[in-house]
Amino acid sequence: MAEIRVENLRKEFGSFTAVQNSNFVVEDGEFFVMLGPSGCGKTTTLRMIAGLELPSSGKILLGGEDVSQKRARERDIAFVFQLFALYPHMNVRKNIGFPLLAQGMPRAGIRQRVEETARLLRIDHLLDRPVSGLAGGDRQRVALGRAIVRRPKCFLMDEPLGTLDTEFRDLMVHELRELHNRIRATTVYVTHDQLEAMAMADKIAVMNHGVIEQFGSPREIYDRPATMFVADFIGSPPMNFLPFAGALRRGAKEIVVDGAAVAVPELREDVAPADMALGFRPEHIRFDGGSTLRGAVYGTEYLGTTQIVAVETAGGMVKARVPADIRLTAGEPVGLTLNAARLSLFDKASGRAIRTALYEGAAHG
Amino acid sequence: MSAAAHSVVEPSTTSKRVAATLVIVYAVVSMIPLFWIFATSFKTPPDSIAYPPKIVFTPSIEGYCNLFTTRTRQTAEYINALPPATSFCDETTRKRNMVIAGPSNFLPRFLNSIVIAFGSTFLAVFLGTLAAYGFSRFKVPLADDLLFFILSTRFMPPIAVAIPIYLMYREIGLSDTALGMILLYTAVNVSLAVWLLKGFIDEIPREYEEAAMIDGYTRLQAFWRVVLPQATTGIAATAIFCLIFAWNEYAFAALLTSGTAQTAPPFIPTIIGEGGQDWPAVAAGTTIFLVPILVFTILLRKQLLRGITFGAVRK
Repeated sequence: MAEIRVENLRKEFGSFTAVQNSNFVVEDGEFFVMLGPSGCGKTTTLRMIAGLELPSSGKILLGGEDVSQKRARERDIAFVFQLFALYPHMNVRKNIGFPLLAQGMPRAGIRQRVEETARLLRIDHLLDRPVSGLAGGDRQRVALGRAIVRRPKCFLMDEPLGTLDTEFRDLMVHELRELHNRIRATTVYVTHDQLEAMAMADKIAVMNHGVIEQFGSPREIYDRPATMFVADFIGSPPMNFLPFAGALRRGAKEIVVDGAAVAVPELREDVAPADMALGFRPEHIRFDGGSTLRGAVYGTEYLGTTQIVAVETAGGMVKARVPADIRLTAGEPVGLTLNAARLSLFDKASGRAIRTALYEGAAHG
Repeated sequence: MSAAAHSVVEPSTTSKRVAATLVIVYAVVSMIPLFWIFATSFKTPPDSIAYPPKIVFTPSIEGYCNLFTTRTRQTAEYINALPPATSFCDETTRKRNMVIAGPSNFLPRFLNSIVIAFGSTFLAVFLGTLAAYGFSRFKVPLADDLLFFILSTRFMPPIAVAIPIYLMYREIGLSDTALGMILLYTAVNVSLAVWLLKGFIDEIPREYEEAAMIDGYTRLQAFWRVVLPQATTGIAATAIFCLIFAWNEYAFAALLTSGTAQTAPPFIPTIIGEGGQDWPAVAAGTTIFLVPILVFTILLRKQLLRGITFGAVRK
């Protein structure tokens, strides 16, 4: 097992820059998720770590060794592909044993290691089956088996749950995390699904347009999004934004949005007059008749214990997550009270989060 | 697209019957000449030229005897003085006032055909697979132009360049050599092989090789152990197309080979000149000539069927 260090990594395809100057460190034994919309450069970064693409510039260090220009087979890593890439002409046993065969391990040793691995993944009863007839989850397990059988320096996974149906996905998310807890292998996992990322990751890097927007724990990323993109990408429904304009001063604890005063975490920097946005999660809204921030109910989405209420305000549509027992009708006027401690402020032009008491000490991406 | 275009409804009994009838009629029509050749090969020379043609006849292997032997005409006294005939062929030949003088050239010519056709097929498929893999997986400079150039070698019938090739071969000493014929057929077939195989290899996801390379194999090993086994369908189909061309090719064979490297197609017609109108021997040669392709095709029929519908079926 090893630490992965990525320094100023950059990849260009012709005139298109897929990854721009990425820097991050995945600690030994960490489950690291790269999250972002399709085309954000997360898969390209993963393929560069694997050695399937060579970086245009920058460095990749695996366990302290610079592998940037090495071939995939010299890096001692394992890769789980989105479509698993199980060799269709081999049975399960041969698929799992294939990496060991490359190392020239004797037959008996391969047999033993394959069986150990299969037991760990609970697929030992499938060893002599052809891979073509396997169900999605079992194919997934075989792909994992092929990865863990050789005990590589790290695991790289490219949306491995992308093709499974939802129900199965939840199961595999737990299985993967449980497996990770048992073998503690450094893992880099790529996905566009925030729920997978939140459920499994020790650390998340949120990427967009080839740039890492934020690097941090799931909690940091959810509670203290470093940019508007991250705030918008994470959470379902995503963070609400209400525009406001003006200058901000260090030490201020209040801003004015649509004529209403809103308490915010204490500001820790001065900001010149600019277009700004107030960001808040749906669950940080409370309906309160007395509030000066007002709107009208647009529609509701019942979810059982909670409901999502869309509220039309002067600054735009806002979604609130409130207990399901509150009865609301469309058009009804409501007052919104926001949880002052949990608000974020963003500079609209750059998308950057303004430093506040909430963000103090938090890692910025 | 309309729903009907994607219909998975079982075809009706009537349409199945119509289809079956058409297929059977077509099969019968195309097989009549083959049957006629096969039947003729077992006729005696008089039966073979009888009018009206004989459908029912007493089978004889005289045609096969004549195919494999050369014979000389002798006087009745000479034949009667010989020791008793030791084989059916001996006996039949003597009845026609002839004796077997030795083996004919059919066997060496047939072996030439096998060496040249299979050799060139192997080379064309081998080179074609490597080239197709390269075009499919690597950034080849001017790939489109190169592929077009390769295709363009099929724009004219190969025989159009017969005279330059004849002169070139005479100059560099490749006339009437098996190597020359193998190279020539390979050159003709390799463009077909590259194009067909590129289609097949394009359909094999790259993830397989990438997985193998991460698993610790070199690209060549990954190609050999992971890509090739999945390309067998395409390789089999391509091999059959190449083999059929090389096996049946007549014009170049007639022009460039006359002796040691002569293949069966230009040889078979010459049988007719040896000792009268020997149709059964010609038919026997043709029948034997058909066998290797028949066997090859039957062995690979599954791959061939999948091969010719490639692109239409997703794995």
